[in-house]
Amino acid sequence: MTIVRDPVVSRPPSRPPRRTRGTTRRSTLSGFWPYLLVAPAVLGMLYLLVYPLARAVLISFQDFGLRQLILGDAHFTGLDNYTTLLSDPRFRAVTRRTFVFMAINVVLIMGLSTLVALMAERLGRVWRTVLLSALVLTWAMPVVAATTVFQWLFHSRFGIVNHTLTGLGLSSFEGYPWLAHGPAAFAILVTLVVWQSVPFAAITLYSALTTVPAELYEAARLDGASAFRVFRSVTLPIVRPVFMLVLSLEMIWTFKAFVQIWVMTRGGPGDATTILPVYAVQTALSGQHYDVGAAASMVTVLLMSGVLLAYFRQLLRQENEL
Amino acid sequence: MTTPRALRRLPLHIAATVTVLLCLFPVYWMVTTAFRPNRDIQSDHPRLLPRSWTLDHFRRAVDADGFGLFWRNSLLVTLGAVLLALVVALGASFAVARMRWRGRRQFMLMVFIAQMAPWESLIIPVYLISRDTGMLDRLPTLTLIYFMMTLPFTIVVLRGFIATIPAELEESAQVDGCTRFGAFRHVAFPLLAPGLMATSLFGYITAWNEFAYANFLIIKQQDNRTLPVWLSSFQNTFGTDWGATMAASTLFALPALVIFLLLQRHVTSGFAAGAVKG
Repeated sequence: MTIVRDPVVSRPPSRPPRRTRGTTRRSTLSGFWPYLLVAPAVLGMLYLLVYPLARAVLISFQDFGLRQLILGDAHFTGLDNYTTLLSDPRFRAVTRRTFVFMAINVVLIMGLSTLVALMAERLGRVWRTVLLSALVLTWAMPVVAATTVFQWLFHSRFGIVNHTLTGLGLSSFEGYPWLAHGPAAFAILVTLVVWQSVPFAAITLYSALTTVPAELYEAARLDGASAFRVFRSVTLPIVRPVFMLVLSLEMIWTFKAFVQIWVMTRGGPGDATTILPVYAVQTALSGQHYDVGAAASMVTVLLMSGVLLAYFRQLLRQENEL
Repeated sequence: MTTPRALRRLPLHIAATVTVLLCLFPVYWMVTTAFRPNRDIQSDHPRLLPRSWTLDHFRRAVDADGFGLFWRNSLLVTLGAVLLALVVALGASFAVARMRWRGRRQFMLMVFIAQMAPWESLIIPVYLISRDTGMLDRLPTLTLIYFMMTLPFTIVVLRGFIATIPAELEESAQVDGCTRFGAFRHVAFPLLAPGLMATSLFGYITAWNEFAYANFLIIKQQDNRTLPVWLSSFQNTFGTDWGATMAASTLFALPALVIFLLLQRHVTSGFAAGAVKG
């Protein structure tokens, strides 16, 4: 590891004789070989990521509708698309909803997965294996399949959820059409996203918890620290970096809920479950306003980049510690 | 001594049971619905345990228009993306972990950024670019995009694995007359097996599940659709046939569920190694 990571670029010429051959080979190979080896990856990233991003930026400053799509005579209109967007009350409502959606999801995911991780750490071997298997199975469930299943669970007439709720005496849920009511549809999507996200977060936090040395706990206990105090002063400082990483990942991944939303409600009923990526795609591909859609996407990327920067700072700090 | 201890741990075990049930119930409900006869599905008193079993729903799902075709499409796209990502990432991570060159740090930074690429926000330009280059409605387009989705993670993980294999091992093989790449192939490659498995698993999951691009880039050529898109439109095909819908969902989810249960140990330990530390 250290060989690779130390910043020295050229190797000192004097080396133990046994290694001479390897070293010379290494230095000759370091000519153009590494560049050749990374070339496909770099080209891929340039063509499939940088170019689309640049194209999106470009379109967001152009007048680009169906006509321009066919004739290709788009011209620049400056910040017009962005002003259109920002003066659109619907866009502002969607942005607000995106943040509410993100906040609810992230709080639930982090809270629940911390509890599950702490629980997993305290369980015996058999119980823990069962719990981790259940988590892995949930995590492996494909998104679209899970979405279909949730639609079936919350089916108004034959769904098991309505049946159970009615059975518990909440008769107002008999035949309750979840997806026809905005807040209910929103709640189902939150449930679905949380159900799918907790396993990853919980397992990751659990792996972080297992890295806390047992001696530290023992020492704290000998010093007479309470369970809460041990958690706050021993567990938390060690787990915090991983916790922050998972937190920022979950924030960024909120936008992945696009799939669940599109499959289940397409942003409806009305606009009740429309978040930013849904709005962008609706505007661009259904409404053929590619320009405004691209502008909305760029606003999304900008909003995300704050979280992304925090994530990278944490990540690089971790990297340097390794 | 044992009784109070069991009692003390009771809340913990209750909480664990509830968690396991909450995790598994949707999966359980999907599988059992798929096996229930229709009169049980459309009953006002659903039962937790099905009274009788049937394979009718699976038959209807498999016989549905194009099921085999979409299965094949998904498989081709997934395999293509995973293999391409593995080959490209092996080269790149070897260069990063074992060679010294100007721009190596910048390259890794680029990979880390690419790993966080906002794919949901790139649908529009990718659609337009594919349209301009005549790549709409074609499976290779999807293969390329899935390749790019999995590549960064694959590079990061493989680099980590290569870095943990002592370079001295290869050097001594070189002293014994192997070429640089021969040494890598015979000495390091076998040690890479867990890394290769973890990354191809991740690639498989990503590509097999991907919905957004498959949905918006395959429009006119319906024969080139993949399984997730087909499943999402299942209700249009089958109306309110929930038995068949759940059977199709089960068939779609089955490979992932089986693989993950079998490799559970590796998956959980791989999480910390790859996904989070980057």
